[in-house]
Amino acid sequence: MSEHDFDAGSNVGVDRLPGAESAAGERTLGQEVRGYALGLALAVGLTAASFWVRGTDLVYGPGLALALLVLAVAQMGIHLIFFLHITTAPDNENNVLALAFGVLIVCLIVFGSLWVMEHLNHNMLPMRQLMQMQP
Amino acid sequence: MSTEVLRAPPDSYLGGHHTAGGHGAPVTGHGAGGPAPKRIVVGYGFWIFLLSDVIMFSAFFAAYSVLFKNTAGGPAAEQLFDLHNTAAETACLLASTFTCALASLAVGERSQRWTQLALLATGLLGLAFITLEVREFVSLIDRGAGPSRSAFLSSFFTLVGCHGVHVTAGLLWLGTMMAQFYAKGFRQDIRHRFLCFSLFWHALDIIWVGIFSLVYLVGTLPRELLP
Repeated sequence: MSEHDFDAGSNVGVDRLPGAESAAGERTLGQEVRGYALGLALAVGLTAASFWVRGTDLVYGPGLALALLVLAVAQMGIHLIFFLHITTAPDNENNVLALAFGVLIVCLIVFGSLWVMEHLNHNMLPMRQLMQMQP
Repeated sequence: MSTEVLRAPPDSYLGGHHTAGGHGAPVTGHGAGGPAPKRIVVGYGFWIFLLSDVIMFSAFFAAYSVLFKNTAGGPAAEQLFDLHNTAAETACLLASTFTCALASLAVGERSQRWTQLALLATGLLGLAFITLEVREFVSLIDRGAGPSRSAFLSSFFTLVGCHGVHVTAGLLWLGTMMAQFYAKGFRQDIRHRFLCFSLFWHALDIIWVGIFSLVYLVGTLPRELLP
């Protein structure tokens, strides 16, 4: 029994390093360079789109912040897929699960802080009234 | 109290957590394959470190988002930031992430010349990024908008400065990698160090995407357009 053929159907023993290419699909150097070039082109495109959206008045004003957020998340996804090689391939399961947990904590911290502080701002007296209440 | 409870038959341990405690029972990691090879463990451990680093940055992002309207009567983001400078910084970092990826391909091909060239390009672009950032910080402080001016500026300098410190540390690491590839060749342990470095460098670019989007682009929007 070789190292890899136990427990058919599971992926134990063929975990992939984060950032490493998949061992399953052997690719030539030219294909890998083209893959990175495609990642760079997509990232440049999304960056240019972000700066363009910021300067244009074609986008509905109050939606600008949301549009920039969406473009940023899309570009982070491009970086993860093309440069860090985090994909949904079975040998990448551990890396994706760790990433999912990281994203959960990041969302809790950022949106939780914004939510709590927003309510705190609403429920606090204005500073002038607070000062008058001091004995 | 009876001592018979303490002297339970050995069988009862087998299903419990004592199995792995070293009473002669074989510990096989996950299944018949045994624990993962060291290179997998090293890479995965570094990935966990990077995620914890991202979580630390998320706290700074949260602080900036909460505090950036608190300018204490001082200058606000739209009066301070030059988006052309931000675009130049972004271009430098994006190009350096690409040359870093090319360096990893050159390492895969065991080409000393291309590895050194690609790493040199990565380092110079990173240096250009740091230079632009330091110039911006100096100009802000000269205009009386240093980190002690307002809560907004404190959180700005903490977030962007922390990223700059990471890039500087990355540049030192990059110089070390160039020297090690040159002096020791493409040994396996050095290639693993380089894999960790390239992960670090790509992760820094992901953080920068968040910074230029939130701090510079959203931060300088007119106030009435912000949620």
